[in-house]
Amino acid sequence: MSTSAARNWPPDRLASLLNEPDRLTELSEGGWDTLLRLARRANVMGRLAFATRGLPEKALPAPCRPHVTAALALADRQAHAVQWEIGCLRAALDEIGVPLVLLKGAAYLAADLPFARGRFFSDVDILVPRTRIDEVESVLLKHGWAGTHHDAYDQRYYRQWMHELPPMRHLRRGTVVDVHHRILPLTARFDPDPATMLERAMPVADDEGVFVLSPTDMLLHSATHLFHEGELPNGFRDLLDLDGLFRHFGAARPDFAAELDARAHTLHLEAPLAFARHQCIRLLKTPGIAPSRNGHVNRLSDALYDHALRPQHPLLDSPGSGFARWLLYVRAHWLRMPPHLLAWHLTHKAVGRFRGQPAENDV
Amino acid sequence: MAHSPFVPLATLPARTLADWLAQGRLALRTGPLTFRIACGEGIVADNLRLLYGHHAVADSPPFADFHIEVARPVALRRWVRPQVEFRLDGYAPFLSLPAAQAFAMMEWGMNWCVASHCHQYLLLHAAVLARGDDAVLLPAPPGSGKSTLCAYLSHRGWRLLSDELALIVPGEGRVYGLVRPISLKNDAIEVIRRTLPESTIGPPVRDTKKGVVTHLAPPPGSVDESDRPALLRWIVTPRYRAGSTLHAERIPRPEAMAMLIDNAFNYDVLGETAFSTLTTLLGRGPAFDLHYAQFDDALRWFNALEA
Repeated sequence: MSTSAARNWPPDRLASLLNEPDRLTELSEGGWDTLLRLARRANVMGRLAFATRGLPEKALPAPCRPHVTAALALADRQAHAVQWEIGCLRAALDEIGVPLVLLKGAAYLAADLPFARGRFFSDVDILVPRTRIDEVESVLLKHGWAGTHHDAYDQRYYRQWMHELPPMRHLRRGTVVDVHHRILPLTARFDPDPATMLERAMPVADDEGVFVLSPTDMLLHSATHLFHEGELPNGFRDLLDLDGLFRHFGAARPDFAAELDARAHTLHLEAPLAFARHQCIRLLKTPGIAPSRNGHVNRLSDALYDHALRPQHPLLDSPGSGFARWLLYVRAHWLRMPPHLLAWHLTHKAVGRFRGQPAENDV
Repeated sequence: MAHSPFVPLATLPARTLADWLAQGRLALRTGPLTFRIACGEGIVADNLRLLYGHHAVADSPPFADFHIEVARPVALRRWVRPQVEFRLDGYAPFLSLPAAQAFAMMEWGMNWCVASHCHQYLLLHAAVLARGDDAVLLPAPPGSGKSTLCAYLSHRGWRLLSDELALIVPGEGRVYGLVRPISLKNDAIEVIRRTLPESTIGPPVRDTKKGVVTHLAPPPGSVDESDRPALLRWIVTPRYRAGSTLHAERIPRPEAMAMLIDNAFNYDVLGETAFSTLTTLLGRGPAFDLHYAQFDDALRWFNALEA
């Protein structure tokens, strides 16, 4: 069951408009109206705005141009702010001799990957050795970042079960850093060792002391998160990141597919890699990749991911969308916790909601 | 496919307006922006008819800047003490409010759409009025009587551009307004009712987080010129002081600059562009602190401003 907008605006059409900007010139004013709405909801307005930069100004219908200008201003500002934040984090970590290893959006930006131009993001994610986590927390506190999630249950949730510290917010700038010490929750059934990812981290050109994961690890990390994440408010954007990683590294490195397979085998991340390839091929028609050899296709899971990996816009939603996303939420918790913990966690959250406690960034 | 032209909202039969709203077909033009509105609440249709009668509307044009919705959330609150939610493209930025506040919520939601997306402009929290093409900017803290004064001046020869949001073209001094209803709170409602008996005021809504609120229809002449920008010439922060005599004082430029930055919604987004735009603005005209007790005195003072 799908709406006519859902049939007219499948994820691969959106991706091709962003990847091949010339196709934007074929859109009517009505087409732009829908595209801007979907892009806004999917958090890819900046990406869309950057895609239009190479086009002659007249190529866009006049009423769309101000929205592109606005999104460019916001994207520029965010890129600037993240660069500044990276400098501040490096200065803090330098004090204790821990290298700054960036993950996700901040890493794509620092490594100047083409799909990161115009990408919106809110937090900076970093990976530190688990043995140094207490020192990292102290030095960040000293430099003005304060812990969030003061509730005792949430503290325990993060510290005992999760792969990261509770998010830390800078007192003056209001920016948030997520400090990861694992790739996945400590309680997860897969448990890739982050130590070798840290060892293989690569320095960023022109930014001394700043590192990003190696190309294979960067992609596997992104795939692992998409595979394990329960709430995917930015599901389409996250899939688009993977599409960008496959395209960029696939073009730059002739043996990238084989390197990925080997590395996924070592880290026991074959399932997330197969998933990422499968969804990119199926939903975005990403060129140049083949399905994993051992990847098996699950029709039910595909049907659910249809709802989570496209922009979550009422134009595209059907009556089953909410239920599909809820099932994925439960599935993700199933993957990240043993059953008794899962039951306990979901009960705690449900009781909290019932008592009217605000769900603080809902963990 | 040809689409229907924009016509004044007041020319639509009540039934048509309600249908277009309920089916999300109504496009409303305010200043340089078009809002497409979906809402099944009768109170919203009634307020639109009363306060937006002169605004241009159309049935489902191909493009709108924002597609907004004011609707009941999917839950018990649909029927038990009904609530409404404001949504832009399915995203609800605020907590829901009682259904009786649906129109006020739509107005606040429209302001939010502009303030958090329209970075093509430097956005200031300020009223804007114009005499011909010369505009005065009135930034002022809540409670200073800015909206009340703005309502008065806009009915005494000054063209209303906005009572809340100044849309300044970066690098220039040109300013656009949305020419939407002026929001009135608490005592100001009675003051305006007495002072401007000819004006159109919406039904008051009690028990909002701002107290009693209502809206005043913008003068038809201002609405007719709603896509005409003006050049910012003066900056005035008005303060109502009961029993005082009118008193105007120049604000030193550094202080005026700090005050404008404080009132900007997106100074951080535009950065250097915002700084140079504000500097140009302060270079063109003076900034005044104005204390007044009588509308007439204030009007005379504004009319005497020299371009």
